[in-house]
Amino acid sequence: MVASDPILLRAEDVACRRGGRTVFTGVSLTVRPGAALLVTGPNGVGKSSLLKLLAGTLRAEAGTIQRPERVAYLGHDNALKPMLTVSENLLFWAGLAAPSRAEAEERLRAAVRAVGILPLWDVPARLLSSGQKRRTALARVLASGAQLWLLDEPTVGLDVASVERLGPVFAEHRAQGGMIVATSHTPLPLETVETLMLGAAAQGARP
Amino acid sequence: MFAAFATGLYYALVASPIDYLQRDTVRIMYVHVPAAWMALGSYTTIAIASLVSIVWRHPLADVCAKAAAPIGAVFTAVCLVTGSLWGKPTWGTWWQWDARMTSVLVLLFIYLGYMALWSAFDDRQRAARAAAILALVGAINLPIIKFSVDWWNTLHQPASVFRSGGPTIHPDMLTPLLIMALAYMLFFVTTLLMRMRAELASQRLEIAAERRAMALEGVQ
Amino acid sequence: MTAGVDGGIGTLVRRELQLVWAERSGGAIALIFFVIVASLFPFAVGPEPQVLARIAAGIVWVSALLACLLSLERLFQPDAEDGTLEQLVVSGQSLEAVAIAKMITHWLTTALPLVLLTPVTAAMLGAPFEVWGTLLLGLLLGTPALSSIGAVAAALTVGVRRGGVLISLLVLPLAVPTLIFGVGVADPLAGGSALKWLGVTTLLALAVGPFAAAAGLRVAME
Repeated sequence: MVASDPILLRAEDVACRRGGRTVFTGVSLTVRPGAALLVTGPNGVGKSSLLKLLAGTLRAEAGTIQRPERVAYLGHDNALKPMLTVSENLLFWAGLAAPSRAEAEERLRAAVRAVGILPLWDVPARLLSSGQKRRTALARVLASGAQLWLLDEPTVGLDVASVERLGPVFAEHRAQGGMIVATSHTPLPLETVETLMLGAAAQGARP
Repeated sequence: MFAAFATGLYYALVASPIDYLQRDTVRIMYVHVPAAWMALGSYTTIAIASLVSIVWRHPLADVCAKAAAPIGAVFTAVCLVTGSLWGKPTWGTWWQWDARMTSVLVLLFIYLGYMALWSAFDDRQRAARAAAILALVGAINLPIIKFSVDWWNTLHQPASVFRSGGPTIHPDMLTPLLIMALAYMLFFVTTLLMRMRAELASQRLEIAAERRAMALEGVQ
Repeated sequence: MTAGVDGGIGTLVRRELQLVWAERSGGAIALIFFVIVASLFPFAVGPEPQVLARIAAGIVWVSALLACLLSLERLFQPDAEDGTLEQLVVSGQSLEAVAIAKMITHWLTTALPLVLLTPVTAAMLGAPFEVWGTLLLGLLLGTPALSSIGAVAAALTVGVRRGGVLISLLVLPLAVPTLIFGVGVADPLAGGSALKWLGVTTLLALAVGPFAAAAGLRVAME
């Protein structure tokens, strides 16, 4: 990537096909640094699929997607290995994203503290509650140092206090130029958020 | 009409080899050898269709590959059975592990695996993609399998050396052999087109059923 | 895509080994299966030493081949189920690298222990001592091909019900050359030729395998 290329997320005229049927077509969006986008729409309309397209785990049937160099994705699954502790689980992922082992651990500690599960550092993942597992997965996103966060129902299983804890986390990320695209059935602690509604009419989001 | 033509040609030719040969048993060769060729030819069709499917994503390519598989498997089975029947008088046993028969047997297993993969998925698109990959992997492997079986056969030189088809095919036998091969090919193409039509029809039924389900859900 | 200092196949393999170590249970099963299958043959063909010695190399190979199949169903399944595969893709790992890492791990944790246990089964079957060396060499050179073919089959069938049986059906015909040449290495006359072709077969399997397996994983993720 050339230095002059802006860091942003842009999708143009994207179409998605899954299991042999077309989920949506003609979706466009632009998300600039510091912005947050909430994707809404009825069940089955393709919100999760859109996030996967943006993450790059699904190939778009049509259209182009331009994404920043580093992306973090939180899907329905937490991707935690039950036999490993929280730190063992996450140090691997943090290590992939950080320039050194020491920095990875430092980032991870900060992330784990921010979501409120530092006491669980040495606890095997199989002993965690579903809310704690979700927060662990969120810590992975936080520790990745990625510019774009794609969050699919990030607050599933979280109590009100835990959800509120995320407010400053999201704000800090955006203040540093990060971007967030999320779907959620419950309100997220995000301020000045754009909305993209999938469904009968696919609309572009204004930056 | 095309079907009638192909079948007519096919049956007409079964009668003709009787004119050429004295010994009844060797007549089986006219069924056995072209079957072996078609077993391989069908797989080549599947491999090419799979390549087209992967590279150009042409929807008919998957349908073609899926439809061709059972036909190829039947050719393979016919080759094995007729080979066994042909060999019994010569070998004294119902089966002999010679190079060709063994290679064809492995080819049969590959066909069965390929067909099993198609049936393993609910999602038709995933089945098509996975099967295409498998077909190409198999295609790359086939020459090696053939070579290794030949190598293995020379290593364990069997007591009675039996080569189906003979080292050279007598020119008198060549013409009916080629005509039979042509008839087999016509049979293959006809059956393939029939099966492809059937496959497309069943796909349309499935899409219609899916639309009904989606309409009830209230989506789109 | 920057993957930091720790990116790449080495990291992935280390991670896989860490996971295997953490979930220790499954590893020994393949070894036990190997020995049990090998010892079935004396029951089946009779304990005559000459007969067994003659077919010992073949028995060892078939038993090893079947034992290698056991752990294939779980090769990609857990990662596909719990979202790890998605995370790997998003963090910039190529699916080819993931496939290679899994192949290496399978070889290290399933095939290599089998190979090391070969003297035990060879002794059980009365294989002549001169054959042991070539048998081991053949297994060492041939089992990577089995891991590769197995990984392709596993990747194509991720998430399939009763996938294990299907994997066996897909792997065994493709493993015929490896089997033929692998056993052939132990043959006094043709050993050299067999060794050469075994090498060719394994190289081809290693060259094609990662791409085919990655393609299978891509399809599984859609």
